[in-house]
Amino acid sequence: MTNIPETGRTPRVQIRLVVIQILVLSLLGTLGGRLWYLQIREGAQYQKEASGNHVQQVVDPAVRGDILDARGVPLADNETRLVVSASRTDLLKQKDDGKAVLTKLAGVLGVKPEDVIQKVRLCDAKTPQPCWNGSPYQPIPITDEATPKQALQIRERSEDFPGITAEPEAVRRYPGPGKSNTAQALGYLSPVTDDEIQKAKNTNSPYLRSDMVGRSGLEREYDKELRGKAGVTRYEVDNLGRVIGKAKSDAAESGSNLVTSIDSRVQRVAEYELDKAMKAARQQFDKITGENYKADSGAVVVMEAKTGRIVAMASAPTYDPNVWVGGISAKDYKALTGKSSDYPLLNRAIQGQAAPGSTFKVVSTAAAVQAGYVWDGGYPCTSSYSVGGQVFKNFEGENFGPISLGRALEVSCDTVFYGLADQQWKKDGGINPKKGQPKDWFFKTAHQFGLGKQTGIDLPNEVTGRVPDRQWKLDYWKANKDAWCKSGKKDGSYVQKIYYENCLEGNKMREGDEINYSIGQGDTLVTPLQEAMIYGAVANGGTEYVPTIGKAIVSADGKSVQEIKPKVQRKLPVSQATLKGMDDAFAGVITRGTAAWKFNGWPQDKIALHGKTGTAEVYGKQTTGWLATYTKDYSVIMTISQAGTGSGSAGEAVRNIYSALYGVQGDGSIDKKKALLPEPQKGLPQIRKDGTIAAPKVTGDPGKDAEAAQKNNPSNGDSQQPAATSSPGTGNRNTRRRPRKRGSRRMPS
Amino acid sequence: MTGANSFSVSGYGPERAGWTRIFARDSVARRLDWPILLAALVLSLVGSLLVYSATRNRTEINQGDQYYFLVRHLMNLGIGFALMIGTIWLGHRALRNAVPILYGVSLLGVLLVLTPLGATINGSRNWIVFGGGFSLQPAEFVKVSIILGMAMILAARVDAGDKPYPDHRTVMQTLGLATVPILIVLLMPDLGTVLVMVTIILGVLLASGASNRWIFGLLLAGVLGCIAIWQLHILDEYQINRFAAFANPALDPAGVGYNTNQARIAIGSGGLTGAGLFHGSQTTGQFVPEQQTDFVFTVAGEELGFLGAGLIIFLLGVVLWRGCRIARDSTELYGTIVAAGIVAWFAFQAFENIGMTLGIMPVTGLPLPFVSYGGSSMFAVWIAVGLLQSIKVQRPMSA
Repeated sequence: MTNIPETGRTPRVQIRLVVIQILVLSLLGTLGGRLWYLQIREGAQYQKEASGNHVQQVVDPAVRGDILDARGVPLADNETRLVVSASRTDLLKQKDDGKAVLTKLAGVLGVKPEDVIQKVRLCDAKTPQPCWNGSPYQPIPITDEATPKQALQIRERSEDFPGITAEPEAVRRYPGPGKSNTAQALGYLSPVTDDEIQKAKNTNSPYLRSDMVGRSGLEREYDKELRGKAGVTRYEVDNLGRVIGKAKSDAAESGSNLVTSIDSRVQRVAEYELDKAMKAARQQFDKITGENYKADSGAVVVMEAKTGRIVAMASAPTYDPNVWVGGISAKDYKALTGKSSDYPLLNRAIQGQAAPGSTFKVVSTAAAVQAGYVWDGGYPCTSSYSVGGQVFKNFEGENFGPISLGRALEVSCDTVFYGLADQQWKKDGGINPKKGQPKDWFFKTAHQFGLGKQTGIDLPNEVTGRVPDRQWKLDYWKANKDAWCKSGKKDGSYVQKIYYENCLEGNKMREGDEINYSIGQGDTLVTPLQEAMIYGAVANGGTEYVPTIGKAIVSADGKSVQEIKPKVQRKLPVSQATLKGMDDAFAGVITRGTAAWKFNGWPQDKIALHGKTGTAEVYGKQTTGWLATYTKDYSVIMTISQAGTGSGSAGEAVRNIYSALYGVQGDGSIDKKKALLPEPQKGLPQIRKDGTIAAPKVTGDPGKDAEAAQKNNPSNGDSQQPAATSSPGTGNRNTRRRPRKRGSRRMPS
Repeated sequence: MTGANSFSVSGYGPERAGWTRIFARDSVARRLDWPILLAALVLSLVGSLLVYSATRNRTEINQGDQYYFLVRHLMNLGIGFALMIGTIWLGHRALRNAVPILYGVSLLGVLLVLTPLGATINGSRNWIVFGGGFSLQPAEFVKVSIILGMAMILAARVDAGDKPYPDHRTVMQTLGLATVPILIVLLMPDLGTVLVMVTIILGVLLASGASNRWIFGLLLAGVLGCIAIWQLHILDEYQINRFAAFANPALDPAGVGYNTNQARIAIGSGGLTGAGLFHGSQTTGQFVPEQQTDFVFTVAGEELGFLGAGLIIFLLGVVLWRGCRIARDSTELYGTIVAAGIVAWFAFQAFENIGMTLGIMPVTGLPLPFVSYGGSSMFAVWIAVGLLQSIKVQRPMSA
């Protein structure tokens, strides 16, 4: 083959053959170049894609930790239920988007096909509940109440139910020991949203698509601790998702258990008594409005005075927290959040705020002392107090003559505080003070008591309340003056007149504002929890603790116990002598004062009870009743909106709560065996070696038991007296009224 | 007709016995183009490994026998090899006389496909299914017969010494001969095979020395045809999208786009040395469809890496390079045209096949010569190798 013979062909063919050769080579060169580009230059990128391609994560959800009461009784735990869920991605792969399968499923479950189909559609602006607002890639629970037979039908005919699974799953449960509810404090869970997944992506506790997230209450506050860490097993799979190998696996870590300071029995008593008190108030006739009291909402807080720990926290109206379990139905959701609902999701102990009425006088008294008034000075308790044509009446025009601050507090003499506040207002420079001149003792003291800011309790979305000081008035005026000035009229209706006045000088601290403020009326707002904190501090000698519900976080294996210690928040700006004076006055309120008619026969010598009643006026509504009380160990605050006076609406309920705590029987004797919590719970429930927490059984209904023990209570059967007859003269908007029990138990003078 | 009398020199000397005769100087074996033969053999054997890797887990198609495709691939190779020997033995010149028969038979084959005897696989009706799991793609053999047919017509008067180049009339006859099967294949529709045939026509015309006007005219017609198809909406949008999805997988994400994407991931993840034979996750996980046939190159890319996949391109290069040499060295235009036609066929088919797995060519159903699983393709390419060998062997020796 060495000597190539003459082919005898023309140069044209030769040239063209060379062209073909070059073309062929360049094609091959192109392939080689492209191969280099994909494999060498971009290889790493494609390797990443390939591994993402063939690795599937199977998530083994972590068991959410329990929420326990102070004795270890579960308030929230998990139960195993048969959950039937549908995978949207699998359904959409089917020809009719899975409609046939869902219809068949509805047949098995015995429900209407629409019900099932609605549950798997995604929520958006136009889609009403029921719909799925979790991740579209996560299996959507259809029901968590499948019977074993239904689950078996689905699992045995899995080829008939592509995309449908029936698996036992741990489902959150709120067992409600002893009929307690604790709904608002516990909160609830709902599926994680895509947004949250994205946000938590690079944190040390990322969400999984299947996660449930605490949305309110303790479930939200301690979500991270309760949630644990889901186990993830990564499988290598083929294009059809068939497993061809196991790549990596992390075991699930169960969430920690949260031990709280709540005592489920006391909680039940508090809830029961609150409910009963509200029902009783609705039987009472309100002479001012000419109809029965509405008693539309209320709250009660039982707090350990020396630690700030919450023993019970109830809010009414309430709801059954188990409605959230397994996805909430449209009807239930509307009942909880709709405009026509009474907003039972609100925790009124921390999110309800109202004018404190006379319970605020604890602040005013402290303010007076700070401003330099002597405790035992003779302050005139006249029947009315007039300022520039306005008449501020004492309650029912009572006149006690010159009295001490303590006495003024005990008899709740408004005119004493009017006078003191008015003097301070004048001292501070009147309506147009010089800059830096006002000392504002009454407002400063309120701030020093922790009003106008959150208490810092371990619950989300606590409201601050409000101290209507100069700064607030200015801000409020700036925000509203346009509207006020537009609709205000000098000679218009009541509201128009107020607007007119507010427009003119709403930015200033008017004389009437400060006078009104001194007895807890007007724009002042406090929450029941703030009152519990303040009265708890009076009880313990002047220390305000940060209120807490969480007591300890115990890891699932019980090995790590992270205690949540009481934290001192501030000291009250009150001397021990003043505290002693207040203490005596508050005891007087119970023994002979405004609340005495509800505490007949109370063993005051054994269990010293202190209290202050309050009745706050709300424009256009019935009065809000407050009852703030404390012993050396507890403070108990109850408030009911639109229910009349504090003692009348809440007196019996609060007494019954104390009776249950200390075991006080109806005849005033103390049965220590029946006492639920004569001393605050010390220490934590016993944690067993396997990490479980020992708990006593709670049977029966502590609420009814406590009620039964009060049969012979001498105050029982006392009906609330109708509201006072005195009605304000027209145009005298600052005239206040406060109904009071009349009769044999009237206050001694 | 210079050199026409020196043909009989080769291999017909005094009888010798056994191996010595085969490997004797001037024997057929000594005159064979060994680089082509070896390259084609290695490609086919590597192909068998790749086919095995791609199918050993595919229980839904391998009837539970992991060697099902391997065994058949090797059987096809054996038959193909035999066909090559037969082709060499017959010689391309003898086949020149049989062109009308070959052409007629293969034309009948593609026509049969359009009758109820044909079967539709993957959207194209280009199979004849015989009993016992045996089936054929007649279009593969049409490639061979149109090369032989066109070469016969174009070279007849030039090789006879009448003319230096084929005249217009001859070219038109040639085009007519090629157009009939192209139209039939277009009806199947098998766009890939049509493109290969068009490329063959171009290669054949180039090598024949036909007037430049024909070459450029054909190219222009091709371009105008594409524009016409585009503008006159002869194809539905989804068909155009399928075609264009190689560049933008999003146009057909569930179909061609998916293939393109997965193929690119498979090849890209191979890196320099690959995941190792049988260790590619894309291949094991069966993410690339048609991986033993049209997308067999992805197995090489993923499991053998740049080195292995590059070797395949290199070996194809050897076949094509030697093919070009054979075309240039042929003493008669007939051989030149046949060799050039084969080179055009292999080159385009290899470029299109590998190009589509690399995402630079549209996805069409074309096997990779030698490597892909598939009997008809294997037989046809080995017959073509036989033709190249025959052209080389029957070239007059200068001894």
